[in-house]
Amino acid sequence: MARSERMMLAAAIGLLAGAALAYQVLLFRLLAIIQWQPFAATIISLALLGHGAAGTFLALAGPRLLPRFHAVFALSAALFGAAVPLCWSIAQRLPFNGLELVWNPAQLGWLAGLFLLLALPFFFAACCFGLAFMHARERIASLYAADLLGAGIGAGLATGMLFLLPAVEALRVAAIVGAMAACLVPARSGLRLALPALAAAVALSLPQAWLAPRITEFKGLPRILAIHGSEIVGEHSSAYGLLTLVRNDSIPFRHAPGRGPAAIEEVPEQIAVFTDGDGMSAITVWDGRRESLAFLDETTSALPYRLLERPRVVLLGTGGGGGVLQALYHDARAIRAVDPHPTMLALARARIPDARIRWHHGEGRAFVRTDGHDYDLVQISPLDPYGGSGAGAQGIAESHAFTVEALDDYYARLAPGGLIAVTRAAEQPPRQAIKLFATAVEMLKKRGLGPRDRLVLIRGWQTATLLVKRGVLTAADIASVRRFCEERGFDAAWLPGIDPAEVNRHHRVPRPWMHEAATALLGDDAGRFLESYKFSVDPATDDRPYFFHSFRWSLLPELAALRGQGGLTLLDSGYLVLVGTIAVAAMLSLALILAPLSALGRPPAGGARLWPAIYFLCLGLGFLFVEIACMQRYGLFIGYPLFATVAVIAGFLVFAGAGSLAASRFRGRGKSLGWIVAGIAALLAIQVLALPPPHEAVESTSGRIAMTLMLVAPLAFLMGMPFPIGLSRLAAEAPAFIPWAWGINGCASVLAALVAALLAIHVGFNVVLLLAAALYVVAAIAWYLP
Amino acid sequence: MLAFVVLLACALPFAAQADEAELAKERKALLAELQRDAAATASSTGRSRFSAGVMAAIESVPRERFVPSRLVDAAYENRPLPIGHGQTISQPYIVALMTELLEVDRDDVVLEVGTGSGYQAAVLAKLVSRVKTIEIIRPLGESAAKRLRQLGYENVEVKLADGYYGWPEHAPFDGILVTAAGTSIPPPLVKQLKPGGRMVIPVGAPFQAQDLILVTKDAAGKVSTTSVLPVAFVPLTGKR
Repeated sequence: MARSERMMLAAAIGLLAGAALAYQVLLFRLLAIIQWQPFAATIISLALLGHGAAGTFLALAGPRLLPRFHAVFALSAALFGAAVPLCWSIAQRLPFNGLELVWNPAQLGWLAGLFLLLALPFFFAACCFGLAFMHARERIASLYAADLLGAGIGAGLATGMLFLLPAVEALRVAAIVGAMAACLVPARSGLRLALPALAAAVALSLPQAWLAPRITEFKGLPRILAIHGSEIVGEHSSAYGLLTLVRNDSIPFRHAPGRGPAAIEEVPEQIAVFTDGDGMSAITVWDGRRESLAFLDETTSALPYRLLERPRVVLLGTGGGGGVLQALYHDARAIRAVDPHPTMLALARARIPDARIRWHHGEGRAFVRTDGHDYDLVQISPLDPYGGSGAGAQGIAESHAFTVEALDDYYARLAPGGLIAVTRAAEQPPRQAIKLFATAVEMLKKRGLGPRDRLVLIRGWQTATLLVKRGVLTAADIASVRRFCEERGFDAAWLPGIDPAEVNRHHRVPRPWMHEAATALLGDDAGRFLESYKFSVDPATDDRPYFFHSFRWSLLPELAALRGQGGLTLLDSGYLVLVGTIAVAAMLSLALILAPLSALGRPPAGGARLWPAIYFLCLGLGFLFVEIACMQRYGLFIGYPLFATVAVIAGFLVFAGAGSLAASRFRGRGKSLGWIVAGIAALLAIQVLALPPPHEAVESTSGRIAMTLMLVAPLAFLMGMPFPIGLSRLAAEAPAFIPWAWGINGCASVLAALVAALLAIHVGFNVVLLLAAALYVVAAIAWYLP
Repeated sequence: MLAFVVLLACALPFAAQADEAELAKERKALLAELQRDAAATASSTGRSRFSAGVMAAIESVPRERFVPSRLVDAAYENRPLPIGHGQTISQPYIVALMTELLEVDRDDVVLEVGTGSGYQAAVLAKLVSRVKTIEIIRPLGESAAKRLRQLGYENVEVKLADGYYGWPEHAPFDGILVTAAGTSIPPPLVKQLKPGGRMVIPVGAPFQAQDLILVTKDAAGKVSTTSVLPVAFVPLTGKR
């Protein structure tokens, strides 16, 4: 193959890999808008099996396609371009309703339809990669490098595009860029130019209405828009999400979660704000009069202001600014308002002009670690969505705001006598409030402080508010809490000297479970309580940051038996969906891996099917385990999870691409592989033991991103080597098995992303990294199998 | 040919009867299931059986007429069903329990906020003298009003409005059912509830377990709330 052709093929691979990764990023964004996140993750994970399916397809049909490599490559690239917008348009018209899954198993059929449609573009792109590896097997390392580099750049550019274009327009760009790969291969000019032109025409000509996200009718936004008078008055699309502002001049929204039954104050005019079509928060249109904010004194989250006189407040997660207005109503002396969403922050800031407020863009946790000021009150998003929508869909979402270490960070910023205040949903039976209480108890114990005299937990019919005091609660504090509960119709679940007669008076529940839990958690049998509570309410930690996860397997049969009463909906659907997805992905992967074996027969070297199977499976699992664990760990370091995700994905792919290029020097040398894997294991051990550095170790965000890239570079560089080394060996020993190995790796990558999340929930991200090291070692052992 | 037409003409009513017979069978099975659920959840709801009146009301209301035509086959399954505009017709068990919790009498006037398809109003109409129901989503309210009229529920009146303010012209009410409460219990509704009256508010996202909030107003006008968990689930094991 001529040098120029090699270069063009590598460029085509890079272009297509970038487009395919952009499609993945954009598809996730779009699915998160039209569905709920766990379903989006499920659909996209299964759709990614299109890579594995392409491996199987090529293992069977590759030898027949290879003689017409250039034409098939051009056709596949063009089909990718056309399929991206077409499949999206059709898929979102399927009547899939994830919330109905527990009631109506027929919905599984629509789910399957969704992922099959969305898998097609991945299939076409992966056909190009697999065929190219078969066609230019002496150049596998450089082609794989181009694949990784292209994907890394694609991840970064796709995220960047989300700040400039609506997601569907970015999808058109990805489709056209992918189709353009066809222009770079030396096929007949008719194919080389006409096919991508046709694909581009499809991408460009599809009407906006066909592509625009059709949000499921059960999300909050469509439900509000169904009300007479509601109109969209603003839309802001970015990688942070789609913000939609809705106004209704005739029917007010009256959004103020957590008010008691005695609430009588009118809620002023509000603008509703939806993120990805759900999770309503509200921007109150404030007329500047203190009295018009009186409704904010009727929520459980107003409790800390009864114990503090003109406090200095830091609000972590301001949302629509309800917490800021609450602080203003209570005459806070100084207010720091922190939110990670720049548009949300700007919207609130524009409507609440007050000299006492300082607005900061960033993650709350990172802010308190670097800010250096002391506060009388650290309050977390008191009036924003409580995660009630989407069927407990948050269950598998990480949150570093409610971990033992997070509460410790907040505590460290408190002035003597200061308070941490956290308000969460008061579900029946309670989960979040108990988990929060357990987390606070753990934090105080770790500090060597007695929790009994420092904690207050109250509940209303919707919300529960926890207070943690820096210092012992005084008799005056306790009297203030009691008075507040009495006036507002709330019940105390815990306060020092609590009387069992006062725990279930205003909003009566079948049993005062929250109070019973608090008492048990403060007693000697806390461990036994945590075991015997049917939901998982163990404290969340930075290593296992799953505050919203409450699923236990022992619940499943009991709640399944209560299906007729709606019992199954008490489960964490996110967790179940994850487990179900792993099961389906594993079965499909197995079928895809085994299907072509009989057609392939035994390789000439004899017995060589075992080592590539183990080797490429372990590499696929190990690579993604490391990538996903690092995204989480460096999210805390950088302070912006979005930046961390992009930096880690792009960094890993680009540096692994460089490693792949370098690997061409080691081709076929088994000894080198041993050293490479030893290096990977050692660097992973360092990641677990010493990295990442604390957030405050580097001053600026750009500095932290640069540091992240530096810290993952050597690891990613080494991790990029084993795959092309293995493919090169296979190319020499059994070339027909190349697409099969490629497919195995693709399937393993899909499984790894899912299994990593499951493992992290149960054993934490450190163990995920150690397991990744073990997988690389197993891959090396497989390499040396006789 | 003529014979075929005659045969067809004869067969059609039988087919309709067969459908009706099938629906009646499903209705009976549903009632039995509701009573089983009531017994199972007695510890949290305080009711081991649904009253004969509530059961009779549910039996007499043709639920298949209140669901979209494509879901008629599922009308008597004990699950919520989508009715369009992001709304659902509640699970029959929840309808029965909410109706039971209202503890209505024959002479009562009941307000419903959130008409939906009109099914709950139809069930209530069998038990009380008058039902006033308010729907905020125009197409739903209009179709529910038409449906209720066609089915002969003359003691039900549907209004298209913001239910937050209730229906002061017909207040006070003996019972109020609020299926769209938002984030607080509307003070005007509390005001329109008679002393001794009961208000029921289901809380939860569509297709989710509904935590039922029972608001009671005593003779002195003091309001208190109770959470009624409709699932027979105790979160603590017996290990402690």
